[in-house]
Amino acid sequence: MRDYWRINQQRLAPVLFLMPGLLMFVVYVIVPIFQSVDVSFYAWDGLGEKEYVGIANYVELMDDEAFYTSLKNNVIWLVLYMLAIPAGLFVALFLNQNVRGIRIYKSLFFFPFVISQVVVGLVFSWFYDPSYGLFNKVLGFFGADPMAILADEDWVTYGIIIAGLWPQTAYCMILYLTGLNAVDSEQIEAARLDNAKGLKLLWYIILPQLRPATFIAMVVTIIGALRSFDLVSIMTNGGPWGSSRVLAFYMYEQAFSEYGFRMGYGAAIAVVLLAIMMIYIAAFLYKMYRDERGH
Amino acid sequence: MLHNKKTLAALFTAASMMSVSAFSGELVINTDTSDPAPKAAFETLIAGFEAENPDVNVTWNLFDHEGYKTSIRNFLTADAPDLANWYAGNRMLPYVNAGLFEPVDDVWAANGLNESLSSAAASMTIDDKKWGVPYTYYNWGVYYRKDIFEQNNIAVPTDWAAFMAAGETLNAAGITPITIGTKYLWTAAGVFDYLNLRTNGYDFHMALTKGEVSWTDDRVKATMAHWKELLDADFFIENHAAYSWQEALAPMIQGKAAMYVMGNFAVAPLRDAGLTDDQLGFFQFPMIDAGVPMAEEAPTDTMHIPANAKNKVDAKRFLAYLARADVQSEMNATLGQLPINSGSTVSDDKFLQAGYEMLSTTDGGIAQFFDRDAPAEIASAGMEGFQEFMVKPERLETILKRIEKVRARVYK
Amino acid sequence: MFPKPIEKTAPPVRALYKIALPVALIIWLLPLLAVALTSFRSQADILNGNYWGWPTSFNMMENYTAIFENTPIGKYIFNSFRVTIPTVIGAVSLSCMTGFALAVYKFKGNLLLFFLFVAGNFVPFQILMVPVRDFTVNLGIYNTISGLALFHIAFQTGFCTLFMRNFIKALPFELIEAARVEGVSEIRIFWYVVLPLMKPAIAALSVLIFTFIWNDYFWAMVLTQGADTQPITAGLKSLNGQWVSSWHLVSAGSIVAAMPPVIMFFLMQRHFIAGLTLGAVK
Repeated sequence: MRDYWRINQQRLAPVLFLMPGLLMFVVYVIVPIFQSVDVSFYAWDGLGEKEYVGIANYVELMDDEAFYTSLKNNVIWLVLYMLAIPAGLFVALFLNQNVRGIRIYKSLFFFPFVISQVVVGLVFSWFYDPSYGLFNKVLGFFGADPMAILADEDWVTYGIIIAGLWPQTAYCMILYLTGLNAVDSEQIEAARLDNAKGLKLLWYIILPQLRPATFIAMVVTIIGALRSFDLVSIMTNGGPWGSSRVLAFYMYEQAFSEYGFRMGYGAAIAVVLLAIMMIYIAAFLYKMYRDERGH
Repeated sequence: MLHNKKTLAALFTAASMMSVSAFSGELVINTDTSDPAPKAAFETLIAGFEAENPDVNVTWNLFDHEGYKTSIRNFLTADAPDLANWYAGNRMLPYVNAGLFEPVDDVWAANGLNESLSSAAASMTIDDKKWGVPYTYYNWGVYYRKDIFEQNNIAVPTDWAAFMAAGETLNAAGITPITIGTKYLWTAAGVFDYLNLRTNGYDFHMALTKGEVSWTDDRVKATMAHWKELLDADFFIENHAAYSWQEALAPMIQGKAAMYVMGNFAVAPLRDAGLTDDQLGFFQFPMIDAGVPMAEEAPTDTMHIPANAKNKVDAKRFLAYLARADVQSEMNATLGQLPINSGSTVSDDKFLQAGYEMLSTTDGGIAQFFDRDAPAEIASAGMEGFQEFMVKPERLETILKRIEKVRARVYK
Repeated sequence: MFPKPIEKTAPPVRALYKIALPVALIIWLLPLLAVALTSFRSQADILNGNYWGWPTSFNMMENYTAIFENTPIGKYIFNSFRVTIPTVIGAVSLSCMTGFALAVYKFKGNLLLFFLFVAGNFVPFQILMVPVRDFTVNLGIYNTISGLALFHIAFQTGFCTLFMRNFIKALPFELIEAARVEGVSEIRIFWYVVLPLMKPAIAALSVLIFTFIWNDYFWAMVLTQGADTQPITAGLKSLNGQWVSSWHLVSAGSIVAAMPPVIMFFLMQRHFIAGLTLGAVK
């Protein structure tokens, strides 16, 4: 037995190491995904009996105004949320010094990520408040007319995205701070000797070494953009009249909210959301695959 | 043979008694009454029940109010308590249809509840069976700044013309007539309900909310036309879609708005913010059509026995206790709301008395509120439409068509 | 060291930086200061719309004691720890192993499995609610801390595996090759060679996972009921009334609730900085 192991361990070890984690993941995540895809072919109120309806949920989805609004908003979120990455990098660069107390500064800059999103949404709602909020006071200071961002169907999604960028930037900042610590100082010294400075140094030497951090930052920012549930829920409840809905929120509304008893329909929305995410993942993984091939 | 049968019978009885007594004595109650007043009311209620029934030991699980709405879907199937609170009307429907609530006609019959709780009997009935016991309700209406009205020589309006005139006077004085916060859509539904009840009457309103009437019907359009009158006359505060109902209190507290179409629960925070009873008043939503009897809104809170409960025997005893006149009087004194039992007394607060007066003399019927009368999907589509209409009234046709689409799908 | 170490710049730049830091911090934390300010207010202030002005009455002591009195917030915080710590330990351990397996060994389906972990993590988690709840009930661990922790461990393994696998991939493979040549068993290689090098990643990941789980609200709602098992996120929501929201209490509660993750980050900082060898020894 021992000999078998010793000879074959390089083949068997991965199985051993993978088993526990993989098992948990499959049971709690993969299988439920399939179960939910299954649910999307039924009409079900989550309480009683399921009724098979084939692709009726999907057909209805195609004709659903709210679905298209949510889809549009999701695209806006996906694009604009990416701003958190350069913002996070910028803040990380700003804090990447060794002055006294920098540890405290770093911890405090991290704070927005840690505070509950419900409270973040609440504070930003007050910030945008048409009568008492600071936003309109600032606008007035610059001579512009007051706006009720959260009550305006055209601007509401942007207002919420800004609120979401605050904790998300903190998250990216952490990832970049970690990455910056690992940057090869020899390469930097060598480049400095060659008289490279500032932006050139950043672009050609530093950023390539930050690729792993950027990769993770992109992954979590995309996940964050597609999950922006708490903020939408607390700031506008999907309003005004559904204009700030995103797919994750719409799904929740249909399946679990006070007035939502349509598990099958909600599952169909989630499947669509998953499909969108899959495109991103596939694109990423393809790029990763190519990068690793080229190594 | 007989001897065996007798033994068998005795054994059987003993066994069933044992299994009953294994569960009797333990009562599990889940509620969402996390606010100070309801929490206190339930504490007293449970203590009182335990005192009268010393053989029963109550375990009370208190949930946070919002989380409960999700939790209830889970605990009714997995780990059901013996009693749970919820709401009447179509809010009960999903659980009744899924067979998760226990019918309690026996409790109603045994305790004469069909008489004493008659005002809420209809809202507790689905498919000719009773599904729980109601213990409190509260009225809706118009809460207003008495002092602002007096300052501007406005009398309490009792009909539509007077209401419109009052609005005009207020606007001229630089005060917004009605404050409202529609971020959480139900507040707009309150306005719709009253306009519809006053324009078309209780029966039509019930038919509409049930889904029996098309939303593009002319009578619905008549209601919306009245609403448009209010919108054209600048009755509502600006940017209400950005405010929750609570944030919309601020203008009224500061004297920038004069009226609020709201439920009685608005009184407590208004008082907390510093308004005195001389500044606050209440009046019934004005009549629009003299030929239409005045109906009112009074959402009802209820207690139910889950179908998967373990100790239904004691749960039914609890429901009987809850339905008693004296128990309801005491509970509602703490809750600051109105008892259902016709034999109960109402506390001395001026607003409660006014509400009670109004509800007991109403001949037009009592509605549960839009999101409880209408099934869930129509409720949410409708409320969203109301909010949009208030800001973009020109979209009326599209809005009504959209709600109608939902209705058509739900009632194929 | 990038950007240029501040000691090496001219004195005016240094001074500017030293001023810029606190100013930037205050602007950055302005919303947080608003939350803190709200936690000092009275309910009347909030009802009056006074969100940004000077509080009309300082209720700091009342609010912060009220949250400990009105709600079993101590219990909630304890429950949060009871869920978060096992999850961090579980998810990080499992992902060290899975990340190791995926990074070091070439086998057919390696990339496919990796894809699986990444994809599963992108899932909108609401879709898992009913199947996971039913599964938890069937296992008999509904409304238990272990039920909640087990789900979190499983779900977070997706993200953690991604993180660890990338990290390990960037470690110098020569170390492992050298150890193999010397006949060291794979398990020992994992334990004695690779794991020590992963310390910074473990530290970083622990803080992240701690924060995620600490702030989770949805799954606490689905899988637990009652103060014996519910964590602080549910507890915060319970500070709000049925009709009237007590934002001053919620703000106070959320500041208290945010403390542990921040303290954790502060304590773990040393590990971030010291010797992260991600790509450095190549």
